[in-house]
Amino acid sequence: MKKISISPPVAAVLLAVVLFIFSGFLPNSFGTNTQAAVSQAVNIVRLSVFLGIIAAGQTLIIISGGEGIDLSAGAIVTLSAILTWMIVQGKDERVLPALVAVLLVGAVIGLINGAGIIFLKISPLVMTLGMAGVITGVVIITNHSNTPGRLAPIMTRVIARPLFLGIPGAIIIYVFFAALMWLILERTTFGKNLFAIGVNRVTAKLSGVNVTHMVLGTYALAGALAAFGGFMVVGNTGVVFLSLGQPFLFPSIAAVAVGGTLLSGGKGSYFGSMAGALVLILISSVLTTMQMIDAVRQMVLGATLLIILSIYGRQRGFRQ
Amino acid sequence: MKLSHLSLRHPYLLSAIIFFVVLVVNFYLQESILEGNTINNNMRVFLPLVLLTAGQAVVILTGGIDISVGSIVSIVSALLATRVGLEGTVNQTLTWFGIVLLVGILAGSINGFFVSYLRLQPIITTYATSFFFGGLALFILPQPGGGIPAKVANVYRTNYPLGLHWAFYVIPLLVLSWVAIRQTRYGRYLFAVGGRAQAAYETAVPVNQIIFSTYVVSGFMAALTGICITLLTGSGNPQIGDPMTLQAITAVVIGGTALSGGVGGIAGPILGALTLGIIKNIVSFANIDYWWQTFVNYMIILIALAAPGFIALFRRNRS
Repeated sequence: MKKISISPPVAAVLLAVVLFIFSGFLPNSFGTNTQAAVSQAVNIVRLSVFLGIIAAGQTLIIISGGEGIDLSAGAIVTLSAILTWMIVQGKDERVLPALVAVLLVGAVIGLINGAGIIFLKISPLVMTLGMAGVITGVVIITNHSNTPGRLAPIMTRVIARPLFLGIPGAIIIYVFFAALMWLILERTTFGKNLFAIGVNRVTAKLSGVNVTHMVLGTYALAGALAAFGGFMVVGNTGVVFLSLGQPFLFPSIAAVAVGGTLLSGGKGSYFGSMAGALVLILISSVLTTMQMIDAVRQMVLGATLLIILSIYGRQRGFRQ
Repeated sequence: MKLSHLSLRHPYLLSAIIFFVVLVVNFYLQESILEGNTINNNMRVFLPLVLLTAGQAVVILTGGIDISVGSIVSIVSALLATRVGLEGTVNQTLTWFGIVLLVGILAGSINGFFVSYLRLQPIITTYATSFFFGGLALFILPQPGGGIPAKVANVYRTNYPLGLHWAFYVIPLLVLSWVAIRQTRYGRYLFAVGGRAQAAYETAVPVNQIIFSTYVVSGFMAALTGICITLLTGSGNPQIGDPMTLQAITAVVIGGTALSGGVGGIAGPILGALTLGIIKNIVSFANIDYWWQTFVNYMIILIALAAPGFIALFRRNRS
């Protein structure tokens, strides 16, 4: 008996297409209006950009194995969004320094996560969850008096509006971002070593990979990527609040899982996470069109993830 | 060498030291801490986390983790607040206590089914179910409100038997039953699965059933926690359990149970839960500015989590 196998990223894209067509048949959706359908599709891809970027760091950490997971991503997004907002103060020339600053802050937070995990042997789950609490604490301290801030016009223009041939700037940034992620994962030594430590840290170490440096680097890079996500999110929404990043946390992990990246590490791709982000945004958009309340949306997201995991996230049984 | 030997033999040693350190600090800030009344008041606040931690410890002992416990607590709170209500009768309350315990067992069985029989990873599975359960709690009770009859809640809050809060009976009972369970075949299986599941399977340990059972235990304990916390507050809140998941996991880690499984027990994690409760006391008695409390609280938790690592690090460098 031959098993038909479709790679998870392709399956996720197919699922996204099916969901999109399905969403067209819902009342008050686009129906047979092609133009409306195209603009809706573009909008959904645009929305998936933010989740996709936040899921990038998550993808790296999960590939690196060792029960790697980053539960501080949501808090980093909030912190980075608020920092961007405070530094920029409505001035275009401050955008670049702000971006550099938040990337650095994100990288330092990631580095601390990595150090706790590799030197102090704290489990990634607990370490990043604790870190999320600390960052939230910092955000509360800095933001409780409603620190003034404002976005620069250039950020809104580049991130939130159509930039070129009617394509939103966010999508163009996403394409470059994805190319960069692909290069990092598939064409660099760092990428090769990342998969190696994900499969088996002991054999990786024996074959000359500096596991300590790899883990530190991966968590630092993931922190910077989450911070970049926060920068993009605030550029899109233009407002900041304490729980800005939290709603992205669970979907960022789910997107990685839906995209077929093994949660035990060592196998996966960023394209999968991008497709996963698209699927999750679509599900949530379908539920919004169906006018479901938040509680039900949350339940459906949880159940969807369980079903998808049951299809291709299973570990080997003991018998084999 | 000698120290590492000790800490391996007695995984609770470090948790006991941390416990006494925070107790002394708390005593320094709040001198009434050792008075009977204060102890009773503290214990009734600590008990819910103690119960949740004990359940989590069993799961972690076998190498799993249950991130959905907080949302099971929330479901219980939402159910009790809407089905019993402030005007409910004592009988009604007791019936629903029974029902929510069954709900907890059911929720735990769902986790157990996915983790043990479908062989999904515990972290992501229980994370997914935590979303499902959390949504369910919000669906049952969209906003905080409702509650249970004050008459019932007061039994937990003020009417203690023999002047000692219920916690003083429940916690020793928990520890004693754990000591008894350890001696049974089931108890040995728990450690065997946590040590190395594949080896346990090859020596005919029913690994899947054992793993399944730990999630059921954890769901049951989460439901019990939900009852306790509803008794404590007297009111319903569909998100009351959310912050408790991290606290329970932290308590287990502080209590000397390794997240990789196979080492530890219940007494250490219970000490860990009490330690976390005292840390909260310290933060509120140290006159820390309200805006700094989240930060300070989590910093202390991170430091407590890092402590064993630091000790190991220094020891390794010396040898």
